[in-house]
Amino acid sequence: MLLTVKNLKKYFPQKSGLFSKPALPIKAVDDCSFTLEKNEVLGLVGESGCGKSTAGRCILRLTEPTAGSIHFDNRDLLALSSGELKDIRKTMQIIFQDPLSSLNPRMTVGGIIEEPLIVHHRGSPIERKEAVAALLDKVGLPQSALNRYPHEFSGGQCQRIGIARALALKPQLIIADEPVSALDVSIQAQIINLMIALKEELSLSYLFISHDLSVVKHISDRIAVMYLGKIVEIGPAQQICLDPLHPYTKALISVIPEPSLHRSQKKTILQGDIPSPARPPSGCAFHTRCPVAKEECKKREPILEEKRSGRSVSCLYVNKKV
Amino acid sequence: MLSYIIRRIIQAIPTLFGVTLVTFIVFNVVGGDPVYQMVGKGAGQKEIDALRRELGLDRPLYQQYFFYLKQITTFDFGRSYATKQKISQMIKEGMGPSLSLAVPAFFFGSILGIIISLLVALYRGKLFDRLTVVLSVAGMSVSVLAYIIAGQYYLAYMSGLFPISGWEPGLRGVPFLVLPGLIWVIVSLGSDVRFFRTVMLDEINQDYVRTAYAKGLGKYRVLFRHVLKNAMIPIITRLVIAIPFLYTGSLLLENFFSIPGLGSMSINAINSSDFPVIKAITFIGALLYVGGNIVTDICYALADPRVRLK
Repeated sequence: MLLTVKNLKKYFPQKSGLFSKPALPIKAVDDCSFTLEKNEVLGLVGESGCGKSTAGRCILRLTEPTAGSIHFDNRDLLALSSGELKDIRKTMQIIFQDPLSSLNPRMTVGGIIEEPLIVHHRGSPIERKEAVAALLDKVGLPQSALNRYPHEFSGGQCQRIGIARALALKPQLIIADEPVSALDVSIQAQIINLMIALKEELSLSYLFISHDLSVVKHISDRIAVMYLGKIVEIGPAQQICLDPLHPYTKALISVIPEPSLHRSQKKTILQGDIPSPARPPSGCAFHTRCPVAKEECKKREPILEEKRSGRSVSCLYVNKKV
Repeated sequence: MLSYIIRRIIQAIPTLFGVTLVTFIVFNVVGGDPVYQMVGKGAGQKEIDALRRELGLDRPLYQQYFFYLKQITTFDFGRSYATKQKISQMIKEGMGPSLSLAVPAFFFGSILGIIISLLVALYRGKLFDRLTVVLSVAGMSVSVLAYIIAGQYYLAYMSGLFPISGWEPGLRGVPFLVLPGLIWVIVSLGSDVRFFRTVMLDEINQDYVRTAYAKGLGKYRVLFRHVLKNAMIPIITRLVIAIPFLYTGSLLLENFFSIPGLGSMSINAINSSDFPVIKAITFIGALLYVGGNIVTDICYALADPRVRLK
């Protein structure tokens, strides 16, 4: 197992006013557990604000988790000193959502890609230059990009620069935090295909975070669906898309636009807004919007348990058939 | 780039022309008659007419204005009404003391302000940050006069650390400059830190900073290599705009510490309605200000690859 996340929690404390009651913390990630194997792609999907990006950043310790444990390559990430943390960042990298703003506008593309090599003392200056040239090649950018600045490139090209930067240290795990959400559809396909090709070539593992199920479906081996800080369903991508078990997953799958003449499924449009992660509903957090909720759902909180082989669902009304 | 600079210089000419027109109108048309003050009480009409003719004030206004323009374009501002010295000579002599107070104080003050604000931005919300903000606001709220009087009384008069006031040319003048310099730094630090802190906080929350941390960079490298470089544009703007004011020095500091710089000179000139001196100082100030703006734009292009001057 490359990555094992257990009971991960991230609560953001809220400032309370002088005369108001102490504010409840925002439970961005509330008790999430999942694993990722070597050379596997785990898709993490959910609506905006459900905590998927926070979960990704906690794994890299770009934000400090409140509780839980994260094991990477059999090392406890939360117990690392800052020196060890710097060391392990060589093996885990992240691709960000906004390709342009996540690149320093004052640095040349060459400088951006080379900097990780400098701070981790990889190679001589000449070797580093060669490595940067090879990386540009790998992500399909011309060598002329070296001395140019990020703003001279399109969104898709910027994301290629971001990928080259993430690959510079030859990591094992890449957390892709909505890597294609800011790109238009034809460019999305290019970047996704590039990521798939790189994964095969360099035997990478991805934690692929997105709100777009159709993208996640295409790249992932397994999919985890998050709602309000919790994972409600996790399992092999194929099965989840063909036969979703959790009512929330069902609703998400049903609204994927299909380029077909015959609508096969009825769309389930969820009513209402996402409840506040500071005050999640009692019982099953999804019961306020669930089309099949019953009285019981308000009282009893379901736990994420294996309902089919390799598939876990957190719903009181999905029967076990292992 | 070169064509841009030339175009900016040409564009500056109407601005400067406007400045000459305004100063001329303020002093020669609505500013009262300096002759009465010069001749003193009890002077006869004959004396007044003679002096007026001597100063060229009897001529029509448009002629006076053209004369003023001629003076400006040749940098020969004539003589002071009060001291009869050549004004260009007076400015040359006053510039030294003014700059030797202003330049070091400005330099150290700015560097200190930038460093403090970087650290404050790094420890945002912590005790160090709050304390600095409170001290900055307190420092801004106290008048310069309070610092001058307290400094001269406690640090100079009571404890004798510095001379109370005075000036000597060359290196022997350094002790006289320390206290006013210190006060300058303290006074400017408050607003500088507040401004720079905002700029740094803007940058420190940008996505590329998060990228830098994800690369595995240490916080000081992130701070100096990434944040400071990007914060440079607003910092440059603020600093370069301040440079033209350095030449007049600080009116109050020079006056209180008896430093014979352009600041003292301006105050004396205003007190004695010495119009040619005031006009000269105003015009040079405007010239430096316009020049400073052009320099700022050039600095933008040098500091930020996204800025193209066209």
